[in-house]
Amino acid sequence: MEDSYQTILASLKSRFQFEVQEFRGDISLVIVPEQVVDVCRALRDEFGFEMLVEETAVDYWPQETPRFHVVYGFRSLQKNLLLMLRLPLNGNAPSLPTIESVYPNANWFERELWDMFGIRFDGHSDLRRILMPHDWEGHPLRKDFPLGYEEVQFSFNFKEIDERKPYAKS
Amino acid sequence: MEKSGTTIQDVSFDEVKHLVSQRALDGETILLNMGPQHPSTHGVLRLLLELDGETVVSCIPDIGFLHTGIEKNMEAKTYQKAEVMSDRIDYMNTVGNNLAYCMAIEKLCELDVPLRAQAIRVILVELQRIASHLVWLGTHALDLAAMSVFLYCFREREMILDILEMCGGQRMMTTYIRPGGLWRDTPVEFEAAVRQFIEVFPARIQEYEDLLTKNPLFIERTRNIGYLSAQDALAWGITGPTLRAAGIPYDLRKAQPYSGYEQYEFTVPTHTDSDTYARYLLRMEEMRQSLRIVQQALDTLPYGPVRSNNRKYVPPPRSELSTSMEAVIHHFKLWTEGFTPPKGSVYSAVESPRGELGVYLESDGGPKPYRVHWRTPSFTNLQILPLLSKGVFVADLVAIIGTIDIVLGDVDR
Repeated sequence: MEDSYQTILASLKSRFQFEVQEFRGDISLVIVPEQVVDVCRALRDEFGFEMLVEETAVDYWPQETPRFHVVYGFRSLQKNLLLMLRLPLNGNAPSLPTIESVYPNANWFERELWDMFGIRFDGHSDLRRILMPHDWEGHPLRKDFPLGYEEVQFSFNFKEIDERKPYAKS
Repeated sequence: MEKSGTTIQDVSFDEVKHLVSQRALDGETILLNMGPQHPSTHGVLRLLLELDGETVVSCIPDIGFLHTGIEKNMEAKTYQKAEVMSDRIDYMNTVGNNLAYCMAIEKLCELDVPLRAQAIRVILVELQRIASHLVWLGTHALDLAAMSVFLYCFREREMILDILEMCGGQRMMTTYIRPGGLWRDTPVEFEAAVRQFIEVFPARIQEYEDLLTKNPLFIERTRNIGYLSAQDALAWGITGPTLRAAGIPYDLRKAQPYSGYEQYEFTVPTHTDSDTYARYLLRMEEMRQSLRIVQQALDTLPYGPVRSNNRKYVPPPRSELSTSMEAVIHHFKLWTEGFTPPKGSVYSAVESPRGELGVYLESDGGPKPYRVHWRTPSFTNLQILPLLSKGVFVADLVAIIGTIDIVLGDVDR
């Protein structure tokens, strides 16, 4: 691991509890939801990670604990570093504090996570659906949400599908 | 004018009440819908404008009209088949999307890419960058009523699309860049066509500059419009030409070089004015620098294979199938099951014409990507539109949308 990362991690380790994962040259810190705002503030103010580049989530359904991993990516332009954070979340009522106060562009990222995964962000200024229509029900990128496609009407199932068609009267 | 409880095209007023000023609630300003179908929004972008006469008081973007569920769809397809979907995310930078996706796979699988493939990737990606900037220039100028520039730009773009069609069979959605290298080697006509383009293009850029750069009408429409401070740009995660026009010289091709960019000599233009005019000058210079890279890459193009030899991820050439049993088995496995990268997650980013295009790829060891997230530059860059459009005229808003250079496929995926 590069020295620049070592100094940052050593300094953060004294204040926060986290686990370091290194894979293919990317460094990820696994933290807990309560720490996220403080860690982000520390990254921005003390270590020069000016930009939030990525905020996304992965759904591990049917595994419930943790069900989601929220992944953050930060870039330090002056030092040319990339650091990722991973946050495991349980599935029942996933919510975590918003980092909008630290990085304003988390606004739309978190709206997308709410829309696609159903992860609530406490303190968000404008948490509503962004990509799906405003009255959509369900959270599409969850693994238990179906992909949703049209069943092909062949001759063996012609009648069954015909009955479900909009022009069917019965 | 609009009281609570009434709906504006299916989004109820109550939902956006907190985003408009008190004057809208009192009825002093009007709420106008710059609907998804509008020639100047560069796609299906809906803007709710709170207008005081002609001045925008607040602007609320409503996106999602081009959302096709690409990320979810990719989870249901094998890696090779999912690549086809990657073209369609930022449809102005199709080769770049393929590159971003393939680089993520190569990072995850630790797959090597031969030098010839890297050089050809650079040539095509830079040509794609020029094509994307030409579309930007044409449509931006068109929005500002400089209508002749549009067709001139598209005339040059035709030359680039012919080159892409020559290589990949398709003008736009080529899927020519594959994990491990390229789909196939470039045809014999490739070099002559690219050289012809390199010869013709500088004079054409000069033509566009002659039409616009010193044009008092253009300058009047673009100077001091859409000022974005460097601090705001960093805070809002803006990348690409918009960030560089604010004075921050950050370009992923220089900062984290990939695909052999470190061997080519090119400058990354920056500007300090950070208004629409500065971004125009910047993108014109970027086109010139891209041409420089294409020339260098073509001059130093090495001979060699165009795809990795790692048969676990790359299919064998068809000639081998008649003689080698392993080739047949690899071919079979790749075509039926697809390749299976190791378990893990990577984030890999390239510099698209709009900014940082990143792919977060997570694999669970199976043949289908477990999670693909596209960190698209237009999604992040569009967030500053409410910030930039406070107090401007509607006509200037059109200029600002053009200067941020969004592609709705990028925004919505």
